[in-house]
Amino acid sequence: MQHTREEHGLPRFALAMGQQTLGALRDLAPIFAVIAFFQIVVLQQPFPDIANVVVGLVCVVLGLALFIQGLESGLFPLGEALAQGMARKGSATALLALAFCLGFGTTVAEPALIAVAAEAAEVAAEADFIGDSQAAQDRYALELRVVVAVAVGLAIVLGVLRILKGWPLHRLIISGYVLVMVMTLFAPEEIVGVAYDSGGVTTSTITVPLITALGVGLASAIRGRNPMLDGFGLIAFASLTPMICVLGYGMVA
Amino acid sequence: MLEFLARFGETLLYTLRDVTPIVVILVVFQVGVLRRRLPNIGGIATGSVMVLLGLALFLIGLEQALFPIGETMARQLTETAGASALADAVRWEDYWLVYLFAAAIGFATTVAEPSLIAVALKAEEVSGRAVNAWGLRIAVAVGVAVGVSLGCFRIVTGTPLPWYIVAAYIIVIVQTYLASRTIIPLAYDSGGVTTSTVTVPVVAALGLGLAANVPGRSPLIDGFGLIAFASVFPIMSVLGYAIVAERVERWRSRRERQEVES
Repeated sequence: MQHTREEHGLPRFALAMGQQTLGALRDLAPIFAVIAFFQIVVLQQPFPDIANVVVGLVCVVLGLALFIQGLESGLFPLGEALAQGMARKGSATALLALAFCLGFGTTVAEPALIAVAAEAAEVAAEADFIGDSQAAQDRYALELRVVVAVAVGLAIVLGVLRILKGWPLHRLIISGYVLVMVMTLFAPEEIVGVAYDSGGVTTSTITVPLITALGVGLASAIRGRNPMLDGFGLIAFASLTPMICVLGYGMVA
Repeated sequence: MLEFLARFGETLLYTLRDVTPIVVILVVFQVGVLRRRLPNIGGIATGSVMVLLGLALFLIGLEQALFPIGETMARQLTETAGASALADAVRWEDYWLVYLFAAAIGFATTVAEPSLIAVALKAEEVSGRAVNAWGLRIAVAVGVAVGVSLGCFRIVTGTPLPWYIVAAYIIVIVQTYLASRTIIPLAYDSGGVTTSTVTVPVVAALGLGLAANVPGRSPLIDGFGLIAFASVFPIMSVLGYAIVAERVERWRSRRERQEVES
């Protein structure tokens, strides 16, 4: 029994992987084309280290294919099953706790955020907000990371509440935009660039698909909610609240 | 080869640190709160391992092949563009090649962004194919291209960042009231989705290189902001695409009706 299943499973897996690899090649072709064009035609220089580049490209294509296939066969179903189970259980507290954990947990260790926080600390030191010592910079960077992670946690909580209550997304997001605009007027000039960027860097490659699956799963499990209208929008909150929180942090700190 | 394996291991650890909290949270809630066994545990385990390996391979490939070239290229382009300018007179026209490169690389990295691919697939599935995954990705990529290019123009001219972002928000708010309700959540999401693994490092390197090479700009103050451009403009382009597509559709169906009546 086990044996026959494996015989059926393996060719199907190989076929899926082959399709994913072709898809990955197509997805990555524009980058290759742009880089080759500018290197050869505009800068008129040969590729440095061509062997390394080719190995790297093969890694990128295979990696993307594996990643997408893995998402579709593993993480997406898990995220949706969990969202639907939680919706059926009907405990709003547990659902909101899950939302906060997912938002906070995935953001606090996010590599892109760590890099941006360190740069922001440097800006702050340059502008004489904080002492010039490394310790002061490290503390500032860590505080900023926690602020952003809490912001994303709250964002997912707010987003899930919105799905439960059926609030219209655009009113919430537009109020957020207005808040950002008003805060920009009062926040110190140096923090504004960092704050605006922090909205974009928080949502990593694994968080995004999972949170999307959570939203869509919830919206399809709750009666009266439309997955297209209500399922999307969590990421929008996750990229808005960090801006507000970092601007606020800049005004207070 | 040995060096490559060592770097692969390091990247794998890095990804593991990124993925572990997520998997722990999911499993704790599934088993601890729902008190239910994981459905199809084998599939989930293989899927997670594939995600881990795939992401690690993807990242190491990027570091090995794309990022060094992208960074050198951004530096060389900003240097050669600035060479003709006098030290204290920055003429924004001199940097046209930089704008072109910014648009091209913004478009290309967005098309390759794994999280955008995932969301586009989901949107296609949920909307019953009314939203086309490729169409969405192209619309988002056009938005990023325009945004990053404009962001480079801002760095060269040194105009304040809030002007652009506030203006962009106002356009988005107006578009929101013109677009059909179904597309709005997806459009708002596309802003955050685009700036991920591929786009952020390349675009950040471009901004820092440009701010370092344009006379009178400081990388620490002016280098930021490109990511903000890259996350606002896709909202605009997706909403814009939806508004235009809807108008065309309405116009076409009205004409068909007229033809039937006549």
